[in-house]
Amino acid sequence: MDITRRRLLLLLPAAAVAWKYIQAGTPEAAPNYKIAEHWWGMLIDIPKCIGCGSCVRACSEENDVPDGYYRTWIERYHVPDWKIERPEVESPNGGKQGFPPNELSDGKNFFVPKLCNHCEDSPCTQVCPVGATFVSPDGVVLVDKNYCLGCRYCVQACPYGCRFINPKTNTAEKCTLCYHRITKGLTTACCEVCPTGARQLADLKNPKDPIHEFLKTHNVQVLKPHMATGAKVFYNGMDGSVR
Amino acid sequence: MFKDTEHLIRLAVVIVILLAVFILLRAAVVPKSFGQYGHYRGNAIGEIAARTPAFAGHEVCEGCHTEVVDQKKLGRHANVPCEACHGAQGKHADDPSSVTPKLPDTAVICARCHEANSAKPKAFPQVASADHSGGLACNTCHKPHRPKIEDEPKAASAKSAGGKK
Repeated sequence: MDITRRRLLLLLPAAAVAWKYIQAGTPEAAPNYKIAEHWWGMLIDIPKCIGCGSCVRACSEENDVPDGYYRTWIERYHVPDWKIERPEVESPNGGKQGFPPNELSDGKNFFVPKLCNHCEDSPCTQVCPVGATFVSPDGVVLVDKNYCLGCRYCVQACPYGCRFINPKTNTAEKCTLCYHRITKGLTTACCEVCPTGARQLADLKNPKDPIHEFLKTHNVQVLKPHMATGAKVFYNGMDGSVR
Repeated sequence: MFKDTEHLIRLAVVIVILLAVFILLRAAVVPKSFGQYGHYRGNAIGEIAARTPAFAGHEVCEGCHTEVVDQKKLGRHANVPCEACHGAQGKHADDPSSVTPKLPDTAVICARCHEANSAKPKAFPQVASADHSGGLACNTCHKPHRPKIEDEPKAASAKSAGGKK
């Protein structure tokens, strides 16, 4: 649609009305939730992942993720013998319907679930020109879809490929760590449905969270540590070929 | 002191007016909660948190379906959450009488986890369903909540009778 002067004049009052709504916002949804007392992350236990795709399906349903886009997905790695720098990685439909049986018996085969790493020093929030994406006081990287322009800077900035532009709203979208669930005392949808307990939500500020004992006693890594993003999704038993 | 200061005063007045316009416009345009926590709209956090969850969570299911919990406890599906197979049941949990969930098809749902795949952990029970059951629905033989095929409740005697799977 061409924007003529006449149409612009007609649009202005509508924009003014919408702006009032943006300024007013909605009241706090979870009154008993104390934002300063949490610092969220996730633990992923790779040896437990069976690649069933339950997490991907649950995420899509819980968050109304458009078809063909994924806030979390599963990758199947095949590492031929010693070639750990050239793994064969596939993720058909994000692993949403599971994975077809493969005949590759040589080398190493395993699944790696991926999602936003909710970085402490996240590159994606630093490039936003309007302040539409941010790290919340409880450590979750969120997008304000009423403020986002859809400029795609953040999509390019994320080193983990966790962001996309929602084709319906034309705004940036990503994993919210099920913020609407964790602030109500529930776990995320992906952790809720994981049949083997391979994914676990972790509150790093809660001294009673089992994550602390786990981190003390296991060899845990984050993805792309050389980028110093302060990633908070911790992978147990991760092979060196995982990128 | 200065000669011809009038042009300086005019300039100063213009600058003051522009500054006032800028301050007023800024106050009108920037959302009130902007800067509450940082360089973003603080109210956005509340808006994102306000959505309704679709998955109820297994604790909610277990509150009513105690007989299923008792069955699950006896088998290896004890820690498999309800909604992993039954799907999102938040609406059913809110209104159990009018929202009735559909039973999942075991031929599809079981294979998602148990179809053999070389990338699955070796210790995880897997079958090639074509050889294992020839396309029969899994619940023809297995009870999904307690999948091991045993000679009814006495688990102890079943264990001593047959060592092999």
